[in-house]
Amino acid sequence: MSLLVVEGLGIKFGGLHAVKDVGFTLKSGEIVSIIGPNGAGKTTLFNMISGIYLPLAGRVMLNGEDVTGMSPNRLAERGLSRTFQNLQIFQSMTVLENVMAGFHLQARGPVLSDMLGLPGSRRRSREAEAGARLLLERVGLERAAEREAGALSYGALKRLEIARALALRPKVLLLDEPAAGCNAVETEEIDHLIAAVAAEGVSILLVEHDMKMVMRISNHIVVLDYGEKIAEGDPATVSRDKRVIAAYLGAQATEAANADG
Amino acid sequence: MPELMQFLLSGITVGAVYALVALGFTIIYNASDVVNFAQGEFVMLGGMITVFAYQAGLPLPLAALIAIAATAAAGVAFNKLAIETARGAPVVSLIIITIGASIFIQGVAQVVFDKQLHRLPAFSGDEPLHVFGATILPQSLWVMGGALIVFVGLWVFFTRTLTGRAVLATSNNRLAAQLVGINTNFVMTLSFGLSAAIGALAGVLVTPITLTSYQIGISLALKGFAAAMLGGMGNPKGALVGGIALGLLEALTAGYLSSQYKDAVAFVVILAVLFAMPQGLFGRKAMERV
Amino acid sequence: MKLSAKQASLLVLAVLIVLSPFFFPSGYYFRVGSLLFVNGLAVVGIVILTGFAGQISLGHAGFVGIGAYACALAPAYLGLHPALSAVLGAVVSGATAYLVGRPILRLKGYYLAVASLGFGILVSMVLANEARWTGGPDGIKTPDLGLRGLLADMGLELTNPQFWYALSGLALLIGAWLALNLRDSPTGRALRALHGSEVAARTVGIDVAQAKLMAFVVSAVYASASGSLLALQNRFITPDVAGYMHSIELVTMAVLGGAGSVLGAIFGAGILTLLPQALTVFQNYEQIMLGLVMMLVMVFMRQGLLPSVLGLMRGRGE
Repeated sequence: MSLLVVEGLGIKFGGLHAVKDVGFTLKSGEIVSIIGPNGAGKTTLFNMISGIYLPLAGRVMLNGEDVTGMSPNRLAERGLSRTFQNLQIFQSMTVLENVMAGFHLQARGPVLSDMLGLPGSRRRSREAEAGARLLLERVGLERAAEREAGALSYGALKRLEIARALALRPKVLLLDEPAAGCNAVETEEIDHLIAAVAAEGVSILLVEHDMKMVMRISNHIVVLDYGEKIAEGDPATVSRDKRVIAAYLGAQATEAANADG
Repeated sequence: MPELMQFLLSGITVGAVYALVALGFTIIYNASDVVNFAQGEFVMLGGMITVFAYQAGLPLPLAALIAIAATAAAGVAFNKLAIETARGAPVVSLIIITIGASIFIQGVAQVVFDKQLHRLPAFSGDEPLHVFGATILPQSLWVMGGALIVFVGLWVFFTRTLTGRAVLATSNNRLAAQLVGINTNFVMTLSFGLSAAIGALAGVLVTPITLTSYQIGISLALKGFAAAMLGGMGNPKGALVGGIALGLLEALTAGYLSSQYKDAVAFVVILAVLFAMPQGLFGRKAMERV
Repeated sequence: MKLSAKQASLLVLAVLIVLSPFFFPSGYYFRVGSLLFVNGLAVVGIVILTGFAGQISLGHAGFVGIGAYACALAPAYLGLHPALSAVLGAVVSGATAYLVGRPILRLKGYYLAVASLGFGILVSMVLANEARWTGGPDGIKTPDLGLRGLLADMGLELTNPQFWYALSGLALLIGAWLALNLRDSPTGRALRALHGSEVAARTVGIDVAQAKLMAFVVSAVYASASGSLLALQNRFITPDVAGYMHSIELVTMAVLGGAGSVLGAIFGAGILTLLPQALTVFQNYEQIMLGLVMMLVMVFMRQGLLPSVLGLMRGRGE
């Protein structure tokens, strides 16, 4: 059954359609990628699905419930979690604390209990810490746990965001360019991580510029251009689609040609 | 009705001063995202320097000119020495810096000048004029006229001159402005100088009516800040409307309700407006980019 | 055994409070010390609001005023015991903070600053103008707490300044302990997270508006408790405690010392409490010095004095 259903989603900025009438579905454990040239509206689409922008048209259904325009924190309670293209890290907290903050929904408790340091509060913190350390190991950051997050490299911060998002034990995970700025080794690690997470039954919606990675791990691909969906299908179908080649792969081919020449 | 007319006239006079202070907030906020709590001190400096230059025997217009130039220089120095050096600091730190500057300028003023109340002679005499049964001091007309000229002048500056457009572009998007070759540091310097000069002018104009002393800056800064928020922070039109609205509210409250609570009621109304219209009357709705 | 940062902070604070009196040249310093602790208590509240949650209030002295006048008015008009009056003040402050903060804290930016500013001015005006009830600008007397007498009956004789030094010091320790607990608790992490990135905080499930509101209410209770202590030890209170300048002082103390650190903020309270005492000789230059210090520290030591100095020392040690 479809975990996430997006129907006719649209939004305007300054009178211009940034995204127009985009729809697709995401099944349990599936990896769906959104691709398209820069400015195609991928991140804007993410921001609407994750409740940061209020869509002008269309709706988002999560697990059969209409969640259109619902605030991100309430979506988090319903099992939707995400990372950000331009890193939203809690800079002055440690790496460990960043991931512990991801356990907020399980760890939160009465403020009085937290101020008095009651056993319940300390237990909640301990559990969050144990979970956070496991996740840091999973993304290979266990040795940086006590460092201030702001001091980490870009690639490490990308993985930190994934760890934080996984802390919510999401049903749907939105990853916005998780491999951007990462070297080949790191990209492959992230590649494996995403596949492993999906194998556990988490549905993943992915925006990524690394085409090799997208083609390799996606079950389904949605192609945007100028805010509109121009094609969708499995990787093989999409990569043969004429309009896709014209709009996106064409642009990349030109880039590649330029780079070669 | 003459009573109401009287309140309206005095409200607009005070409101014109608030509008000028709010305009100072707006200009600096647009150029640098800094809310400059030292804005009221510029008004104080304008009045005080004029008073002392005038007492030293200079003719009034020259004294006023010197005061405005000196205050503008102080504004530029403040930007160069403190604000530019602290670029990138968190908002709280910037607020503390401007409050620190406000306290510092007050401290300097009480040492260089004194702690007394001072007055200036009215520019065109003290003979009240009669309008619809109410009276108005000629100096009030100076204040209103001065504010009007400043707002019209700035409107022309921002829309008709290249430099003005550069300032507007910077306030919309600093990075983009830099990319198209606008010297954003110069824009900030200009904004601080301009705000300080406008504040000083307000001080010169209003001192014959309200008198001045080293500590008048704080309450003016608070009122100007409130007026700017009421109109919508960052919008010059909002500063004008917010300032006049605040002046009128105060005058009407003082006239019909309680003079003790005139300042309080103004803040209550501002709170109510903020609850209902968080962006202020003319503020633009910002969308967060992530 | 290795001390955690929290335990180390509390230990340093406790040692300073207990040992300082041995170096006091005169009894007057007990007064200065208790004033420092009272300010420190309010500033710890600012740490929770500004240092942890990143929100600015320019009207916290309003809550100091509520706490202070509760101890004068509730005994006089309701016949409450002064200690209960302080509790009542804290409840009223918390409730007021909730009502003022609820609509405002959903918004971003300078709105809390302007709303709290308006609120603080409102409180100080009511206190100054309703002379029939509050004594007006001349102030009002507060009753004796009675605790010192009780201690004397039990055989513990303290001078009045000594007693208030001890009680305020204890209150500050408790306040610091609570704030340090909060810092490393799930709620504290949520506050610091939303300070770092509101969007990210929301995507991990933090109800940002509610978390900010909570920080505002808690910090208001701190300010109220500080006001109550001040009123009871001075046996007299004027509307100045609720004024704009006092609000600014509190924020400045916190940010100057280091708003992100409980110990740093108390250090800031110490400096700004002691500086005027030291500068009375240069009375005319006090404002110049104060303004200059504020600007210099903020421009050159953005984390605040204590964290910057500690960072320097650590850098040199390694």
